[in-house]
Amino acid sequence: MKKLVVVMLALIAVAASPVREGFEVGDTATDFKLKNVDGKTVSLAEFKDAKGYIVIFDCNTCPYSKAYNQRIIDLNTKYAAKGVPVVAINANDPGLSAGDSFEEMVKVAKQKGYKFPYLVDETQEVAKAYGATNTPHVFVLSKDLKVTYIGAIDDNSRKAEAVSKRYVEDAVDALLQGKAAPTTKTKAIGCGIKWKSA
Amino acid sequence: MIKSLGFILFVILFSSAASAQGIRQIKLNDLQQLIAAKSERIQVINFWATWCAPCVKEIPLFEKLKLDNTGVEVTLVSMDFDLDPNPAKVERFVTRKNLKSTVVILAETDPNAWIDKIDKEWSGALPATLIINTQTGKRRLVQRELHEGDLEKLINEVRN
Repeated sequence: MKKLVVVMLALIAVAASPVREGFEVGDTATDFKLKNVDGKTVSLAEFKDAKGYIVIFDCNTCPYSKAYNQRIIDLNTKYAAKGVPVVAINANDPGLSAGDSFEEMVKVAKQKGYKFPYLVDETQEVAKAYGATNTPHVFVLSKDLKVTYIGAIDDNSRKAEAVSKRYVEDAVDALLQGKAAPTTKTKAIGCGIKWKSA
Repeated sequence: MIKSLGFILFVILFSSAASAQGIRQIKLNDLQQLIAAKSERIQVINFWATWCAPCVKEIPLFEKLKLDNTGVEVTLVSMDFDLDPNPAKVERFVTRKNLKSTVVILAETDPNAWIDKIDKEWSGALPATLIINTQTGKRRLVQRELHEGDLEKLINEVRN
């Protein structure tokens, strides 16, 4: 009887706790299978030698994504060689933002010479599972998909030259040294992901 | 009667002329004061930017709210400076759209240092709208584009 009460109380506690969507730092993220701009599907498990991942929810049209475009390319250039590649995902509903359609993604990836996957999250389920809200919104993951950093790339969207805190670089450097990220979570002004209306 | 109509016309002309002259640039503490100051009116604070398409699309809802509802104070807070510190761009937009709501520009850098001070739940995504009953402290934060009827519903929620 006592046991039953405990179980029931536990169930009530679970039911009453607010549903929290998205990963927090320390959580283990889930892998995904999404279509890349070359038409092939990509999942994180395919990167056999990866020491971690820089998963970036991004898009074509957001002025912040444009401001950070070169910085994202540079992150991949610097860290893919060290085993921590960029994996970019666009979750914007093309019905709300025509410039974010798959065809436009293919164009942008070609034009900018992306050397990293640029994946389409058509159902928006990956963005929801991760708890992505903005573009660009970064999740640094360890090799075993533990989330070590969530947030902005750095502290100055306006000007790459004026940056004083490189959050993502610091988190990835720490990951490569087996240390915790010095800053684990940041916020930034940005474009909200264009969610499909329910 | 004609005299008072003339006066109203004068006020309207004057206030729109004033809005085109220059938009007030505010700091975080000004914004915090607006959020905290006890007011009879419900505070509706919208965070937007000229470059943000869904923000621009929902602005008429705030304009309509201002015209229809005297118990509500609307403030449109431009976040343009975060990406491009050019007040003329915001001023041109306000003039072109002939906005009647109070428009201010938040002149701050390093958003990570202050987003939580506006609302801990806010991710920083635009558009975002904060609706506050400053007398009871009841508030709602909406982090998506609003549609017809949403604002009225949210205002009722914080009012009761």
